[in-house]
Amino acid sequence: MAAMPFYVSPEQLMQDKAEYARKGIARGRSAVVLRVNEGILFAADNPSASLHKISEVYDRIAFAGVGKYSEFENLRKAGIRHADLKGYTYSREDVTVRSLANAYSQLLGTAFSQEVKPLEVEIVLAELGSNGRPDEIYRISYDGSIFDEPLLAAVGGKAEPLSALLKEKVSDSPPLARAVRLLREAFGELSGTPMPLSQMEVGLLDRSLSGRVFRRIDSSGLARLLEDGS
Amino acid sequence: MEEQRFRGLPVGFDSSSFLDCLRASGRFSSSPPPPGPSLAGALPHATTILALRYDRGVVMAGDRQASEGYQVASRAISKVLPVDRYSCVAIAGAAGPALEMARLFRVEIEHYEKLEGVMLTTAGKANKLGLMVREALPMAMQGLVVVPLFAGYDPDAGRGRIYKYDPAGGRYEEEAYHANGSGGLFARNALKMLYREGMDRDEAVKAALRALYEAADEDLGTGGPDFVREIYPTVFTMEADGVLERTQGDVAAYYRTFVEGLRKKE
Repeated sequence: MAAMPFYVSPEQLMQDKAEYARKGIARGRSAVVLRVNEGILFAADNPSASLHKISEVYDRIAFAGVGKYSEFENLRKAGIRHADLKGYTYSREDVTVRSLANAYSQLLGTAFSQEVKPLEVEIVLAELGSNGRPDEIYRISYDGSIFDEPLLAAVGGKAEPLSALLKEKVSDSPPLARAVRLLREAFGELSGTPMPLSQMEVGLLDRSLSGRVFRRIDSSGLARLLEDGS
Repeated sequence: MEEQRFRGLPVGFDSSSFLDCLRASGRFSSSPPPPGPSLAGALPHATTILALRYDRGVVMAGDRQASEGYQVASRAISKVLPVDRYSCVAIAGAAGPALEMARLFRVEIEHYEKLEGVMLTTAGKANKLGLMVREALPMAMQGLVVVPLFAGYDPDAGRGRIYKYDPAGGRYEEEAYHANGSGGLFARNALKMLYREGMDRDEAVKAALRALYEAADEDLGTGGPDFVREIYPTVFTMEADGVLERTQGDVAAYYRTFVEGLRKKE
């Protein structure tokens, strides 16, 4: 920064960076995290079957990232390392999504203010509640700002219209099958073409499991789910 | 490991190993203990563990006692620990370091699976455990010997697998059964009589429990079924559906019938 030849006001600099990051994130596809009766549903519009956007982080915590793959993939790995280190050093119950979300917020905030190029990512972290603790969903933006979402979080691509569309249709946590159908319709509506099941990456923090509760639902599982639910 | 940092957090790009990550964090001391007299007699030791294959998977069991010389250190420790969806590790030897190794091994396997998005192969897991045993060799030289047993269902091969280790990290696959720890010899002898190829799950569980009973009968360090305190051996089965623990109620029912049978013979 010191080598910059002429003056740029801090406001301008931040605005430019934010615009750059927002554009990068909007170019990609969306991901949604939604509370359902059966747990917390993670779904992403993802044509690749192997480059994941959603992932398990810890026993009851999962991650969704959108934007630039290399950047959110690094963040995902850093989160898993942070969680595993903490769980190993103290106990498995001491790993909480709140502390992880704070760590991410710090990291993204620092990167945004200090680096020339901000990270073009937006991430969502969620933890399934237990022992009377409620479910928690956090959305963390490219500049480190953190939002506590009570029901759902949509990020990436056309996140705002998607979020508005979904909030219109769900007011309380829906059953899993209905949620999957809703998300599929919403993804399809925003992209203008029907969404093939194979393009949906879906995972669930499953309330009925214990221990490591995250499981992926592949496209045949989704098809079964939609059939049973109709 | 070459330490790299990604915006402040320690990141090892070229490694999916939790151990590397732990070392880089500075929270793990791998320096050998200072030379001195052997601690072997003064620390709790975990005793008998065993595993045997059946037609669709593998069963693993262990008694519940930890012994300190001629004394009971604990009556209810668990020596068989689930590692992931398909495998378990059982420990014998110095209880503290052994349990620690099992805990670290579990995190290591889980960490890899989360980072890479795929599970390690069964052979990969077994090799990793071998490396961890070898790294504990300096401790073994001081009497703190840790000898694990690893068993799991191999989804690629569609069958159960058993791996045993020596204190120097040698890894050997067993085709049928193996038992380890202070009562291991007696349990192995019992299994030799009871094992046959292609036995089903219930038969295998019964053989495992019977072998533990025989080991406890002959070996002071091994705990038998404790009807007074209601402490019974732990038994896990591993097959395509995953790892399943037999309830203490199930195990108790088996031993009650078994002991009843012994009485009638008298």
